[in-house]
Amino acid sequence: MATAKTTSGPGGSIAGAARDAILAGVVALGIFGPLVGLKTEQNMQNELVITTRWGLVAIIVGIVIAGRFLLTTTIWPAMTRNKLRDKPPATAGEVAFRARLARWFAPTGLVFLFIYPALMVYFLGFQGSLKWVDNFGIQILIYVMLGWGLNIVVGLAGLLDLGYVAFYAVGAYSYALLATHFGLSFWLLLPMAGILAAMWGIMLGFPVLRLRGDYLAIVTLAFGEIIRLVLINFRELTNGSAGISSIPKITFFGIYSFDVSAPNNFAKVWGLAMSSAYYKIFLYYLILLLALLTAFVTLRLRKLPVGRAWEALREDEIACRSLGINTTNTKLTAFALGAMFGGFAGSFFAARQGFVSPESFTFMESAVIVAIVVLGGMGSMIGVALAAVAMIGGTELLRELDFLKAVFGEGFDPDQFRMLIFGLAMVLVMIWKPRGFVSAREPTVFLTERKSISSSLVKEGHG
Amino acid sequence: MEIFLQQLINGITLGSIYGLIAIGYTMVFGIIGMVNFAHGDVFMVSAFIAMIFFLLFTTVLGVSSVIMALIAVMIIAMVLTGLLNWAIERVAYRPLRGSFRLAPLISAIGMSIVLSNFIQVAQGPRNKPLPPVLSGTITLMERNNFAATISYKQILIWVVTAVLLAGFWYVVQKTPLGRAQRACEQDRKMAALLGVNVDRTISLTFVMGAALAAVAGTLYLTYYGVVNFSDGFTPGVKAFTAAVLGGIGSLPGAVLGGLLIGLIETFWSGYFSIDYKDVAAFSILAIVLIFMPQGLLGRPEVEKV
Repeated sequence: MATAKTTSGPGGSIAGAARDAILAGVVALGIFGPLVGLKTEQNMQNELVITTRWGLVAIIVGIVIAGRFLLTTTIWPAMTRNKLRDKPPATAGEVAFRARLARWFAPTGLVFLFIYPALMVYFLGFQGSLKWVDNFGIQILIYVMLGWGLNIVVGLAGLLDLGYVAFYAVGAYSYALLATHFGLSFWLLLPMAGILAAMWGIMLGFPVLRLRGDYLAIVTLAFGEIIRLVLINFRELTNGSAGISSIPKITFFGIYSFDVSAPNNFAKVWGLAMSSAYYKIFLYYLILLLALLTAFVTLRLRKLPVGRAWEALREDEIACRSLGINTTNTKLTAFALGAMFGGFAGSFFAARQGFVSPESFTFMESAVIVAIVVLGGMGSMIGVALAAVAMIGGTELLRELDFLKAVFGEGFDPDQFRMLIFGLAMVLVMIWKPRGFVSAREPTVFLTERKSISSSLVKEGHG
Repeated sequence: MEIFLQQLINGITLGSIYGLIAIGYTMVFGIIGMVNFAHGDVFMVSAFIAMIFFLLFTTVLGVSSVIMALIAVMIIAMVLTGLLNWAIERVAYRPLRGSFRLAPLISAIGMSIVLSNFIQVAQGPRNKPLPPVLSGTITLMERNNFAATISYKQILIWVVTAVLLAGFWYVVQKTPLGRAQRACEQDRKMAALLGVNVDRTISLTFVMGAALAAVAGTLYLTYYGVVNFSDGFTPGVKAFTAAVLGGIGSLPGAVLGGLLIGLIETFWSGYFSIDYKDVAAFSILAIVLIFMPQGLLGRPEVEKV
């Protein structure tokens, strides 16, 4: 917090805080007045006309003034007091509770994830469960997998990659093109998409070996955009912005098909009522297993020399080199492995949607994945998963908030606020916890007992 | 020859706009070492402010002189965008100063998402077309039915850019504020010890960068006559490319880089393929950062242990 903010406003008095709040209100009026108060709309002649919404501006300015006043008079002083007060040392019970929580959280979560579709079907029936399994379960798990994949590059190796969506796109288009043109099965193309994406990871990784920090981020962003622009413009291969449609569905290892017309359709063979819910539940378990594979590989790699080299690279690249670690190989393996999991997720995405277009691989998508990794706490598997649930699930949940229509009128569409709230959450979480939700580090090597290292003790290198 | 001349004129016009945005990137990077990712969206917001006030002046208040309206709109856009960027710095970046290195970048990406989606929610997702202003042109050269022309708008853009850059140059080189900025750029701690108000200087840097972006936004709006909530990203990245190409941290470099990017883009679309013009810009960004990270006029970064 800035020094001016941690003290209780100018003068420290109520009058000072009020003056400060009024000033904030004036600033808010200047910013929101024209942009919210004067809405421009096209009339029938395609001319812009202005409609005014001063009531809305008054509400926003009022909220800003009240919020600022509350912050300076109560919240910041309270936070300062909390910080100054010595925290009582945790009792033995608390310590034991935390240790138990840490030990049981992951297994409990896993069990929940495995019974989640069954629960949904049990409570809501096959049709009712569709939305919760598909929009929430599968959607969140795709981002969990992408987050874990990118976590290898950003969280472990400390290389900020803003173009991760490129590998996702490579995976998706590999499956889409090879499946529609050559009719190859998903189970053959899944590893192939991963390998192709990994090769792209190495290709794009090579030129950026010397770059670090912000520059690396910007170059990877440029690569991501180049791949998207090529997908748009290379119409002969990719069909441009129209995208590739009717991508075949995934089969149940070739035994059952989920195509309605196929003779070995799952529902037909088992004599069940036709429903798309079986396919969605199958997809749910598939992406769950793929995500768990990512997690498993990452956790095992952390214990191998290459994983330790990644983390050493993140902490201090120069020290790494002085100790004889081959930073070229270390970086390239991180890029390749991260890209490979992105490719897996991409081919799954293409099969699930049945349609891919460059629209799905914009920079925003990369930003969302990076946000999940950083907000979760770089390097923490649980943190990344929690961040994906909070950010993707939370914003998906907005689509469901129909009661808001009753509050704000019929024309109110909560969906359009999804990304706005996402962005605000990114900023607020960064201010509140710059190192993410789970910032403590778990060492892989320890002398007698495994203790997590508080983030305040970890110094980030410039890597 | 005519085509070449025409592309040259168009390229310089586009390059002026990029240069004005690039200054915002380069100044912020110089002073706090942060890529202000939201700067492109600040530029987009400024174009919206300009659009709203231009409409207000011409249709509601009935100002008949387009030039007067444009000047008034430009000044209002500069003030309001400056205020916006000041507030953004205060809320989203200042609390993160001295935090770990990725935090301000992530916060800026979040702010960029907030700005573009805020405009989408507040003003609607559709393109906002303005009636054409200053539509006259001057023919410079004509042969075989192809005339190289320069429009009044382009002259306006050149003149405004040149005047503003001169004014800006004066502020940075000759005034106490500029001296404080250059001091903070060299060594923030030492500047603070010598009595420079570092927080205030950084705030003013953001305000100045935003004001120049607002000029670019107004000019962009008059030049293209249309603005959309998603117009911040691509010009933003290109302006960042310009800042990097010229050498990030160097003010003349930002302008030079902007002109070069503008020229490369127009010549590329004039002589090769218009589809791949953005690919060209992004490739230059990657190539420059990889092979020449100090840029054309920047200082090489020395790595200290």
